[in-house]
Amino acid sequence: MTDIWSGLQAAFWLLVTFDRDLVEITLRSLQVSLSALVIASIIALPLGTWLAIRRFRFRRAVIAVLNALMGLPPVVVGLIVYLLLSRSGPFGVLGLLFTPTAMIIAQVIIITPLIASITHQAMRELWAEYHDLLISLNTSNWQRIKTLIFDGRRALLTASLAGFGRAIGEVGAIMIVGGNIDHATRVLTTAIALETGKGDFALALGLGFVLIGLALVVNFGIHVLSRTEREGRW
Amino acid sequence: MVENMAARLQDVVVQRRGKTILGPVNHEMAPDGCTIVIGPNGAGKTTLLKTLHGVERLSQGQVDWGVPEHVARQQQAYVFQSPIMLRRSVRQNLIFPLSLAGKGRAEANDRVTYWATKIGLAKMLDQPAPRLSGGEKQKLALARALIRDPAVLFLDEPCANLDGRSIREIESLLLDVQRSGTRIIMTTHDLGQARRLAGDVLFLLRGQINDYGSAQTFFAAPSSPEAVAFLNGDIVE
Amino acid sequence: MIRMLAVLATVLGGTATAETMKMAVTTSFHNSGLSEVLLPAIARDIGLDVQLLVVGTGQALRLGEAGDVDAILVHSKSAEEAFVEAGFGTHRREIMYNDFVIVGPSSDDAAIAGAGAADDALTAIAQAEAAFVSRGDDSGTHKKERALWDAAGYNTADFGDWYKAVGAGMGASLNTASSLNAYILADRASWLNFGNKGDLALLFAGDPVLFNQYAYLPVNSARHPHVKSDAAASLEMWLTSDRARTLINGYRIEGETLFMFNAVKAE
Repeated sequence: MTDIWSGLQAAFWLLVTFDRDLVEITLRSLQVSLSALVIASIIALPLGTWLAIRRFRFRRAVIAVLNALMGLPPVVVGLIVYLLLSRSGPFGVLGLLFTPTAMIIAQVIIITPLIASITHQAMRELWAEYHDLLISLNTSNWQRIKTLIFDGRRALLTASLAGFGRAIGEVGAIMIVGGNIDHATRVLTTAIALETGKGDFALALGLGFVLIGLALVVNFGIHVLSRTEREGRW
Repeated sequence: MVENMAARLQDVVVQRRGKTILGPVNHEMAPDGCTIVIGPNGAGKTTLLKTLHGVERLSQGQVDWGVPEHVARQQQAYVFQSPIMLRRSVRQNLIFPLSLAGKGRAEANDRVTYWATKIGLAKMLDQPAPRLSGGEKQKLALARALIRDPAVLFLDEPCANLDGRSIREIESLLLDVQRSGTRIIMTTHDLGQARRLAGDVLFLLRGQINDYGSAQTFFAAPSSPEAVAFLNGDIVE
Repeated sequence: MIRMLAVLATVLGGTATAETMKMAVTTSFHNSGLSEVLLPAIARDIGLDVQLLVVGTGQALRLGEAGDVDAILVHSKSAEEAFVEAGFGTHRREIMYNDFVIVGPSSDDAAIAGAGAADDALTAIAQAEAAFVSRGDDSGTHKKERALWDAAGYNTADFGDWYKAVGAGMGASLNTASSLNAYILADRASWLNFGNKGDLALLFAGDPVLFNQYAYLPVNSARHPHVKSDAAASLEMWLTSDRARTLINGYRIEGETLFMFNAVKAE
């Protein structure tokens, strides 16, 4: 209990003093996770929608793989990305290991299946509703996907937020591919792991509270921006 | 608008899971007017409409509109029994088919205003369509179908579950568009509505055309005993 | 706000001006806090931005083998020699040493405080079967611990439940020891910097076998042409300089000296 209290105090002081390291780490967390979110969404939203409207031979297999990938342990993703990006790996020449780019790649791999899977489920419902109309209007596949994405944007926002939540709170993979380098690849979660390792629970917990606050602010901010709350059902 | 879109059904059969839902049907649809399709539940009325619209997978035979299929489809519109509302505003629902067809903004706006006024929803253009009443939804669906000036309009029981006033408004709208040359093919359960609107009548039974004739002859003297029984209100299966 | 923008610019733009190199170091070195003294001095003196990958010795060596870092600073002599022998590193340069300590419950149930040598202390723990936390992660510290048990005539594989291999870093292992009130072998720096000591106390230290030599190994550019061997060379020059000697020998936590500089001046 005293640990939690001192954690709260530490978080409070970090915030009110506008701690330079904290700001830097927080911004990097946001930079990495938001970049990963944008890239993953660009892949996963159309993919999930496409899976909802198209019937093809390996559709069930693709969905099963997607659901399985959703449960993929981040450390495994981290290890694989590490081996790929290592100087001795196939993409070593790019020199991406231990950079924010490597962390973004790992997070994209982690959250794309999650976003695609949630998208698929939401879009399947909407497609059942719109199916007859869109078929009757002789729409192309791309027009169907666009219509569903546009009208299902609230569900897609939820899917993306779930992805963001997973990305910003993830530590296993980015620790491996980012290396937790001070002033280069240190983010909130890896900093928390580091401080916990040092036994500095108060600071670790303080960073944890900042992380929770950040997730709340981003969630709330996106909802306000898209005014989905005011528009109710849509 | 393409004039005189006549359809010819040749040996059309629709089967699902080994059961024949429609057919074999051989029929030449009249090129204009209002055809009402009646028949008991499960007779294949909706399947016939979808077959004509080209969205049903045929097991046998073909439907020939005299023009390539994609041309025919562009000249057609379909109104479903329960109106499908896009989760958008009334205005966006009306614009949707126009934007699919790549119509310009100015032209689209003119048409939206025209049709919204015509169906009495001009003041509700910015309301979410899913929150309209049942009658308003069906009128919106009808306006959305008509906004591209289709040569052929299919309606699948458009007035099921509607109140009298909505039915009256929809019927007067249908008479309007029919006068302006739109071909109407419609199913209904409401024999009164069939009498009010029909130019000719198709009586479907067990997936086949059991009787066919102009409205006058059909309602006065149906040629098949099943049609007689159906018009008398007996149960026909 | 301006401050935030400035930081934002640094984060997004990266520190473009200074030359950077990557060095893998062990957790124990980083936890000592010494790097926070040395790195700014290095940046000031030779304009080199050293990015630290803080990992276990095993992983540090792997990073060097793969060419993912430009140099490594570790403390496991036999592994380092094998690393150089296999051609992954150009050479091995000893920089400094610190020492390991045995930490345990302040009640000292196994009575190791008065032991004459590390062997005796470990024997006392084994005979009392007092709870003992092992890193169990094949790190330098873990290797050292196994060597010490060996020397005392024990095989860790034969131990019962009281011997807990946690497979974690120094800090996490200390956390475990603290909550179990168990004995543990730790490097002095990590112990002094550890914030969650609880009922633990330093019970045994000073035996020369507990000394822990750190060595610097530049990664071989013949094997990995992209490594920054010039930067690695100038860092080596700095680490063996009098300036480094002063900073390393002068680094204290709670008044205690942690590291002894022992690099031999080149030529």
